[in-house]
Parts: sequence; C-alpha cells; structure tokens
Amino acid sequence: MTGLEAHLRTRRSEGKKLLIPYVTGGLTNWKEGIRAAVAAGADAIEVGIPFSDPVMDGPVIQDASQRALEAGATPPGILAEIPTIDVQVPIVVMLYYNTVFRTGHERFASLCRNNGVSGAIVPDLPLEESGPWCEVADAAGIETVMLAAPTAPDARLPRIAARARGFVYAVGLLGITGERDALANTATAIAGRVKAVTDKPVLVGVGVSNADQAREACRVADGVIQGASVVRRLMESGPDAVGEYIAEVRAAIDEN
Amino acid sequence: MSIMVEPDGSGRFGQFGGRFVPETLVPACQELEVGFREAWDDPAFRGELDHLLRTYAGRPSILTECNNLGRQLGIRLLLKREDLNHTGSHKINNVLGQALLAKRMGKKRIVAETGAGQHGVASATAAALLGLECKVYMGAVDMERQALNVFRMRLLGAQVEPAMSGSRTLKDAVNEAMRDWVATVESTHYCLGSVMGPHPYPWMVRQFHRVIGDEAREQCREATGADPDVVVACVGGGSNAIGIFSGFIDTKARLIGVEPAGGAAVGRGVPGVVHGMKSFLMQDEHGQVQEAHSISAGLDYPGVGPEHSYLAEMGRAEYPSVTDEEVIGGFSLLAKTEGIIPALECAHALAWIAREAPNMAGQTVLMNLSGRGDKDVAQMMDILK
Ligand SMILES: Cc1ncc(COP(=O)(O)O)c(C=O)c1O
Repeated sequence: MTGLEAHLRTRRSEGKKLLIPYVTGGLTNWKEGIRAAVAAGADAIEVGIPFSDPVMDGPVIQDASQRALEAGATPPGILAEIPTIDVQVPIVVMLYYNTVFRTGHERFASLCRNNGVSGAIVPDLPLEESGPWCEVADAAGIETVMLAAPTAPDARLPRIAARARGFVYAVGLLGITGERDALANTATAIAGRVKAVTDKPVLVGVGVSNADQAREACRVADGVIQGASVVRRLMESGPDAVGEYIAEVRAAIDEN
Repeated sequence: MSIMVEPDGSGRFGQFGGRFVPETLVPACQELEVGFREAWDDPAFRGELDHLLRTYAGRPSILTECNNLGRQLGIRLLLKREDLNHTGSHKINNVLGQALLAKRMGKKRIVAETGAGQHGVASATAAALLGLECKVYMGAVDMERQALNVFRMRLLGAQVEPAMSGSRTLKDAVNEAMRDWVATVESTHYCLGSVMGPHPYPWMVRQFHRVIGDEAREQCREATGADPDVVVACVGGGSNAIGIFSGFIDTKARLIGVEPAGGAAVGRGVPGVVHGMKSFLMQDEHGQVQEAHSISAGLDYPGVGPEHSYLAEMGRAEYPSVTDEEVIGGFSLLAKTEGIIPALECAHALAWIAREAPNMAGQTVLMNLSGRGDKDVAQMMDILK
C-alpha cells in the first residue's frame, strides 16, 4: 500500500474528490461495513478506536463506542483485525490520545505499522502537544493527520498544515460529531482558509451529514469525511445500507 | 526547587498538566491564560474580587478549634471553616473569580460541571449575581443523590442538564460540559470547578483558592503561635486541598490529601491523559478510564489535578485513602462531638484523622472543612437508618 498522502494526491490529480467514511472498530459488522464502503467508492477508511470518554463525539459515535467496548473491543484487538479486512485503500485510525499514551508511543506506532495502518487522527492532541507522538509516528511511517478548527487564527493554519501528514482535517463546525440539518457556513470557510496555505489534501469532517452537504463542502474542499451518518446506518441497518449510502455520496461529489 | 509557582509555558507541573484539548478550544485556552494573567496583575480586578469575597461570600472564613474531638483523639485539631462561606463550601472562591473574569472577557454565558452540586450551586449563584446565563451539567446518578442541590441551582435560575453517558457521575458531567464548550466557545466561558483540566485552569483555580491557605496560616499562628504539624484536606479534583496546601508549602507541615478508596487517582492510578490534562488516572491497561465509586458525589472522580500528581511524585504531599465506611464514621463523629455536620467530602479528611490520630499524638492538625453537610443529610438518613 502506498502512503495515505500519496494515495490521496493521486486520486485528486485524477480529478476525483476524496471520500473517507468513518467506522467504529469493534462494532457489530464493522469489517463488513468497511468492505461495503470501499466497494462503493471510498478512497480511504477511518477506523475509530473506541474510548471511554470521547469528548469530541456526539450521541451516535458515543453510542457506537460504548457498544464496541461492551462487546470487548480493545485497541490492540482492533488493530490486529485490520489486516483481515483486506481492502485496497489506506486505513487511518482515529483515536483519543490516552490510547496512544497508555500503550506507549513507540509500541503504538509499531502496532499500527505491523497491521498495515497508514495514518492516525488524534483529535485531543493539538499542535503544541503533538511533538513527542509525531516524531515517533514520522519515524515509523505513520502519517499523523492534523485538525484545523474554525476558531484557529490565520497565523496558526500554516503551522498546522506543515505538521500535518496524509491530509489536513478541516473541522466543519464549532461542535462535536453528529448529523446536522444543514452544512454550517464554517465548513467551506475553514476549508478555503486551509487550502489557501497548503497544497496537501484538505478534507472537511464533523457535521457533513448527507450527500447534498458533501457535494456542497466539496465545492471548496478536496473531500469529506463521513462519520455519524455512516455509523448510524451501520448500527440501524447494517453493512448494505453503508454501501448504498457511500455510493450515493460518491455520485454526489463526483458531480462537482 | 521552587514549587507552587506558575507552571511552565506549556502548563506543566513537572511531567503533569499541559493542554490536551481539541484544536477548536486551543485559542480559547490561550485567551483565558492571557486574560487571567492580566486580571490577576490588575489591582482593580483583585480589589473587586476581594470586595465580593468579603461582602458577599463572607470571607475571611474563621478557624475553629475542636476541643472535644481533639481531646478524644489526643491531638490539637483546628478546622478551617470553608463550610461557612456563602453557598456552603470553598467552591465560591473560585467561581467568583472565574465569573468576574468571564465578564471582563466579554462572555455572556458560563457552563459548569458539578458532582455534589456545590460547584454548580456556586456557579448558579455567581451567574445570578453578575447577570450571566448559566448551564450546569450533572451526572444523572448525582442528580438523584444530591436532589436538594439540583433544586437550589434551578431556584437560582440555572439550567441543569443530566449527563446520561458512562457512569453518570462527575467524569461524565465534565465530558458534557466540554462538548458544550466546543460548540459555544465564542460566547461561553467554561467555569471549571477544580484544579484540573487544560492549562491555565489548574494554575488559575489554585490562585483563586490560595486565599484559604493564606488566611489559615495567619490564623493558625495567631491561635497556636506556630505552623501546624499536619495539614489535611479531601481530594476530588483537588481544589480545596491545593488551596490550603498553598499556605503551608514552604513550612515543615506534612501535607495530606485524602482520597476515597473507590476513586484513588494518586493512590491507584498511573499517568494518563483525559479532560485536557496529563495526571494520575484510574484506567485499565488499554487506557480506558475506569469509573470511580464513592459515597461522596464530589469525590467520585477517577482523575486528579496535575499539581497533586506532581506533589505526590516529588514526595511533598501524601495521598492516603479511606473507605466509605470510615467516612460515615467521620461524618457522625464531628456532628456528635463538635456540633458541626460536615459535607461527605470533608468527612474523608476526618476519617483519616480519626484513624491516624494515634500516630500523631500531641501534634497540631489543621483540617480544611471544605463544605457543610446539609446537602448530604437526605442521603445519610437512608444510610444510617
Ligand atoms: C464540600 C466539598 N469538598 C470537596 C469537594 C471536592 O472538590 P475538590 O477536590 O476540588 O476540592 C467538593 C466537590 O463537590 C465539595 O463539594
């Protein structure tokens, strides 16, 4: 597998918008959900490692995390299952920093590498605290995605973009993950501000809730992350519903 | 080595502390750090806060010598009476400071988490006084065992929102308050209730509570002509303990922070990162935070403020724990011997003193009586019947 950033850049240069669905690892049928999403046109997959205290997550992903933990999911357990998913797109893990810290930076990075994980997203590890993990991750070839929030002053964005590997995660709104009726104005605004300072891929996530909103976000961004809308479908209706949904979003963003 | 000074630029006390928050909150934490520093150095702000502490909260709080209980235990026992503050606990010291600061920084609304409800009541009180909107998150389990405080908050005009996730106690209330803040950060100040969270909170909240220790040091010298041998306080997040410790850090006094056996972050935890800080944390081998279990809602927390982790690691303070059963004993003991009903939180400190008194014969022990027990009477009625 080529690296995450290289893969996304290639797709972008082919004129494609980028689509990364999020699935909580350890949830019933999570691997089937991922396979269905990839078959329907996902460019990479974000696997959530469930944490007891997910402060950036709304009710749907909180519920998914709790179900996965109750079913016995653990970080090394989920990582060990990733090679068995057998899909031809990069896999990125999304996890809270205590999972990395408790495991140990070096040990966690090699667990990722040995199981074919390309990158990591750590939403409670801001730029100023990211150094120790990022150094180890860089050395192990794990690409750490950085988040850019609507509240960031202009001067902060180039520093975030410079530290980011894989892509820059533009946070679509002030708030936690979850579906919203409309795309917030902040989504295209932050995507535009980040794109102005970097040529790394810029994807909008948090609050991009359906195909229409994904299309709208992709007028400015290079792509979107689909979290709660995917996880809800997986929990309510199963992997087929995830595949159908991703196909619908794929079609919508390809119209741009 | 100088301790209990300002943390370093990254908000560290040794290896502990820091600012582990989502990017969205970083600018707000930075602005708060600057805003607090300016306010704390501004005589006008300090004067206004001091005026409120004196004329509204009832400071200075008095020092009471417990002659009956002291005689029974064979020690000299002094209580710093934070229970006599307006709203019934030490929490008002911090809240008045933060609410004044929030106004100064142009915020219209505060959110707070609460365990026993004392910080929530103090926040609702300050919001009413200063004309701020106030929302308090409280674990659903705690809303039941501290129903009286829920009613008090609502009476004061605050909105009380149950935290339904996880253990439905203090840890989950903090999660909900942080989620609210992530969405409302432009208009809202997060009025955190202890010496925990991301930088600058542990430092700022300590500065707002150091008045406890500064007063107690003077009062103790006046009463006994010397510094105490032992200073004792209960530890949830650790604000009342830090407040009183800060007055005695440079003395020879032993500093004792008493944790509940079911929530002993220092005693049983290992370093971890949650709620914006690196500190001792009760967690499993994979870093999942464990649920605390304590009779006292205010101490039912698996973490602890980072400066306590630092003081523990360097050996300057000790963090023993007591069981719920010992706490019930401490609660009744003070009521029967001295006519003072303590909050269940500070009954932990009493329980430790009662247990360890034989090893402290003849010594002067200063205890922070961080709150009054009225809020716990209904719960104790069930337990003691
Ligand atoms: C009376 C009293 N003491 C102590 C505490 C625990 O907090 P801290 O450890 O921050 O002092 C509480 C918290 O609710 C309290 O109400």
